[in-house]
Amino acid sequence: MRSRWARVAAFLAVVALVQLGAAAAGKAFYLTQLTMAAYYTLVAVGLSVLMGYAGQISLGHAAFFAIGGYASGVLTTLDLGGRRAAPPVAVLEHLGLLALRPDPGGGELLGVHPWAAAAVALALAALVALAIGLPVLRLKGHYLAMATLGFGTIVSSVLIGTAALGAADGVSGVPPLPLLGGLAVGGGREARLVNYWLAWGLVALALLLLMNLVESRVGRALRAIHGAEDAAGSMGVDVARLKLATFVLSAVLAAAGGVLLTHYNAGIGPSEAGSLKSVRYVAIVAVGGMGSLWGTVATSAVLTFLSLRGVFGTFDDAVFGAVLVAVMLLSPEGILRLDALGALRALAARRGGGAVAP
Amino acid sequence: MEIGLLLQYLVAGLTYGTIYAVVGVGFNIIYNTTGIINFAQGEFVMLGGMTAVTLHGFLPLPLAIAGAVLLTMVAGVLVELLFIRWLVRPTVLRMIIITIGVSILIREAALVGWGESVRALPYFTGDEVTALSLGGVHVSPQVLWSLATCLFIVAALWVFFQRTALGRQMRACAVNREAAALCGVPVRNLVTLSFALSAGIGALAGCVVSPITYTAYNVGGGLAIKGFTVAILGGLGNSAAAVAAGFVVGILEAFSVSLLPAAYKDAVSVAVLLAILFARPSGLFGSSERARLESRA
Repeated sequence: MRSRWARVAAFLAVVALVQLGAAAAGKAFYLTQLTMAAYYTLVAVGLSVLMGYAGQISLGHAAFFAIGGYASGVLTTLDLGGRRAAPPVAVLEHLGLLALRPDPGGGELLGVHPWAAAAVALALAALVALAIGLPVLRLKGHYLAMATLGFGTIVSSVLIGTAALGAADGVSGVPPLPLLGGLAVGGGREARLVNYWLAWGLVALALLLLMNLVESRVGRALRAIHGAEDAAGSMGVDVARLKLATFVLSAVLAAAGGVLLTHYNAGIGPSEAGSLKSVRYVAIVAVGGMGSLWGTVATSAVLTFLSLRGVFGTFDDAVFGAVLVAVMLLSPEGILRLDALGALRALAARRGGGAVAP
Repeated sequence: MEIGLLLQYLVAGLTYGTIYAVVGVGFNIIYNTTGIINFAQGEFVMLGGMTAVTLHGFLPLPLAIAGAVLLTMVAGVLVELLFIRWLVRPTVLRMIIITIGVSILIREAALVGWGESVRALPYFTGDEVTALSLGGVHVSPQVLWSLATCLFIVAALWVFFQRTALGRQMRACAVNREAAALCGVPVRNLVTLSFALSAGIGALAGCVVSPITYTAYNVGGGLAIKGFTVAILGGLGNSAAAVAAGFVVGILEAFSVSLLPAAYKDAVSVAVLLAILFARPSGLFGSSERARLESRA
């Protein structure tokens, strides 16, 4: 089997080819949607490990994405300028955790520094995941599915119902996330190419991390849980702890996607937390083949890009529903397993059933 | 809180509780014969209400409701035939994903067919201002219709499951599917029947409460979560307890409106769900033995 680095290099080559292809076709503006697709892909790959390796379904991952995005968005768009004298604000400013940003109406606004906000956002997502995961991951099957679906519903209705979070409008005017060398995660035409590479570079990094995870002792333990939970437990695998850790990891990845996309789009709305979004991530993982990181990345890039381009029109949600049903009915192992041998084996194992593209 | 207002909340809670109870019972019927939680359960309620409103355009109310119930039962049968019947030993995860996908397809089809507008049947007796005064509380006759329908559904199901041969076969299915099949019980057909029944009662409830709660293409998802909460609260598979649980959740929700912003109403039932799953996964009325058996299934 090729090394992880070789696989990541091949992945980056594809990323480069897509960029060159878009440029050659005179469609450089596609890079904007491709960048957004990369951030959604972070959610999908985390969920892929949770579903494929730990065998746990989550119908609430859009909520973690939204928690990340909203925490970042709200904190960076605060205006603490008027309360500079208050001790807590003064301390935070002294520690360099606050940042000035230009006010569209002239002058400057004082908000939380984007990096500090991002740290808070990720920590918040991890904490929520821990709090939800503790009761929920003791459950199996339907219980887990419905509990995570319910969790997503709560987050979504709280976001829509809270005026301080912008209610139905969400948060806007989020500043870019500054990086070294004057680069930043943010919109704008001139930054498009850089952001495309930043986004997919981060996906590559996440993939490397997850590959290391699933090909390690932990990964084998996770697969054991998926195969037979009781047996894994009797062999000394700490089932509950591993499931919880995977859940938290995938939630943090989802939140990271939310933080970055919120900076890139300069805002986020409550629809990002909706249960249909959560189902969408599940659909992407299902099509890619549960536990197949590369299949998930490919599916996520293609389906999310097409959806963002508006190719499916008003049938956007219906397409994801249909894809989900078709794949689970006809080829529950996914249709995009890049592991060709495994695909052939699965094909042979199915009674005369061919994989049918949706 | 003054006593009159208290009772008013109670009545509102009972009304919503009715529909949660019926959705919960619908979950139980399918769960008992198949071990599947049908995530599209709420969609049946929506289909019933919406179809009845459309049929009422050219049919008298009782016929429109009967037609809607029948058509929704057909939809339930189709769901089973198209998506469930021919699967060989599907995993729980696969069934969850398929029924969720089906619920999205039904919702999107409803959006295409009926649009986004909110609809309702007319009040069965009187209109929205008609009110019976029961001990100082103003109660819409529709509330009584809802309660009566709920009780009727539960009673009819009880008779069906306890007193008819078909019902007994379905119970045999629930206890031990293989043994039932060996005794000549047509398990597959009973599964189809359970989808039809479950769709039918959902549709009937959807019609009866629609004058009060209204209906739209997207109400199914929320109803499914609440119905599931109710089914779990009562202990999966226990329909009488599900009805009691339905009223509990409905009343909790109604009172939450007096304390919390209305937008958080939906959060209440989910919080209840999480609390129960954490503290007592076998449900308030269920035994731990049952939960243990189910977790193995």
